[in-house]
Amino acid sequence: MGYGIKLRVWGDYACFTRPEMKVERVSYDVITPSAARGILEALHWKPAIRWVVDRIHVMKPIMFDNVRRNEVESKASPKKTAIYTSLETQQRAATILKNVEYIIEAHFEMTENRGEEDTPEKHYNIAMRRARQGQCFHRPYFGTREFPVNFELVEDEDLQGFVSYYRDTSQDLGYMLYDQKYELDDKGEVKRVTPYFFRAQMVDGVIAVPSPQEVMR
Amino acid sequence: MTMKTQIENRYEFVLLFDVENGNPNGDPDAGNLPRIDPETGCGLVTDVCLKRKVRNYVELARAGEDSYDIYIKEAAILNQLNKEAFEAHPDMELKENKADKLVAKKKEDQQTLAQWMCNKYYDIRAFGAVMTTGVNCGQVRGPVQFSFSKSLDPITPVDVTITRMAVTNEKDAEKERTMGRKSIVPYGLYRLEGFISAPLANQTNFGTEDLELLWESLMFMFDHDRSAARGKMAAQKLIVFQHESRLGNAPAHKLFNLVQVSRKQDCDVPRSFSDYEVNIEAAPSGITILEKL
Repeated sequence: MGYGIKLRVWGDYACFTRPEMKVERVSYDVITPSAARGILEALHWKPAIRWVVDRIHVMKPIMFDNVRRNEVESKASPKKTAIYTSLETQQRAATILKNVEYIIEAHFEMTENRGEEDTPEKHYNIAMRRARQGQCFHRPYFGTREFPVNFELVEDEDLQGFVSYYRDTSQDLGYMLYDQKYELDDKGEVKRVTPYFFRAQMVDGVIAVPSPQEVMR
Repeated sequence: MTMKTQIENRYEFVLLFDVENGNPNGDPDAGNLPRIDPETGCGLVTDVCLKRKVRNYVELARAGEDSYDIYIKEAAILNQLNKEAFEAHPDMELKENKADKLVAKKKEDQQTLAQWMCNKYYDIRAFGAVMTTGVNCGQVRGPVQFSFSKSLDPITPVDVTITRMAVTNEKDAEKERTMGRKSIVPYGLYRLEGFISAPLANQTNFGTEDLELLWESLMFMFDHDRSAARGKMAAQKLIVFQHESRLGNAPAHKLFNLVQVSRKQDCDVPRSFSDYEVNIEAAPSGITILEKL
């Protein structure tokens, strides 16, 4: 685990939608490994690497808020000239998290797509440099794009200076989405998407995320 | 399709806009009262509310211009199905060719279609779209990202009851008048923070001209969105942070902190933009601050 990264992320709102409550969105209590991976990929990603989230520290109390918005009910398609909101609109509520802060501990593994020039050192240095300078490929977000993520690199080796609101407690957060596995056919197109789940236990404000080998059997 | 100048810089921006005796964004869960964060008392305006205004402005400002069409329109004139994209590619092999379903068989053809949509529609280029035509549901991620706007100070929604000297229904004829309610914010100054990603802009072909149009929209969109409910809304300040590089030269939250908006000391109850002071600190190296408004 010589190539780990610790990233402190925070923001005003977040919505990590539970797959069983997608229409009137309800967020999970905490960030999912899948969303945390998405944040890391917004900073740096190449086909040569795969981010793996190891631990998630929940720094602030879990609080919900409700927001109802007008949304369109159809997807875009070249068959249409436009979506007319006067005809194709629906109001949906979302139960979202507010005032969130996490520390994501993660590392990356090299994939079979690595080329000659792809060394772990190179990608590690790029990721660290970008995190340190606040650089990103696109602005990372907490679940949905209207909830932007502020991020900074945690430089010190131990996290002594960071105290979770949930220190000295333990909570079972139930089954949570771990990530989705995309199976490709020989043409490189997505054939099947399988969601995987894990039992999230928050001990002292820390969720230990199992490895993909443990979950995606 | 004209060639565009590619965007080579990351941007963040802060837009300050205010409302006077109006309702900037009603909450459908609260009888259309102005949205409010119950804990802080501060007002909220959702991202989609302001995106709607940007779309409407572009629709007005660039009416009939090629490649500035708007996909998500407010009012329907003629909601006809249109196969233009497929007609533009007559040689394309189709997996299905039924009246209700058209799916290109080849992945590159699907990408061609997504790109075609991006070139035709300004709002797809800017904000992205979930399309049924691209790869893996054809998510086009737009480069422009808005967050929720918040008011600087707590707002006090006021309920105004109004009367009307006419009635709608015959059965109310003897009533002589009916009553209605309006909910207004006497004054509120709101702050929107937004982001523009250069790599995503290059993917959707969102060029520098499109970016200029976005700034223009943010400055003038309220001027074309007058209604009885809105009261007086105006863009007061637009501060843009331009990074030297595509990936950025400074963390966004540090840049947003450079724009400090505070109520003037002698003012207890803000009722106009002049009751606030905007202080912009010097930018770190690699960042240019553009005060558009």
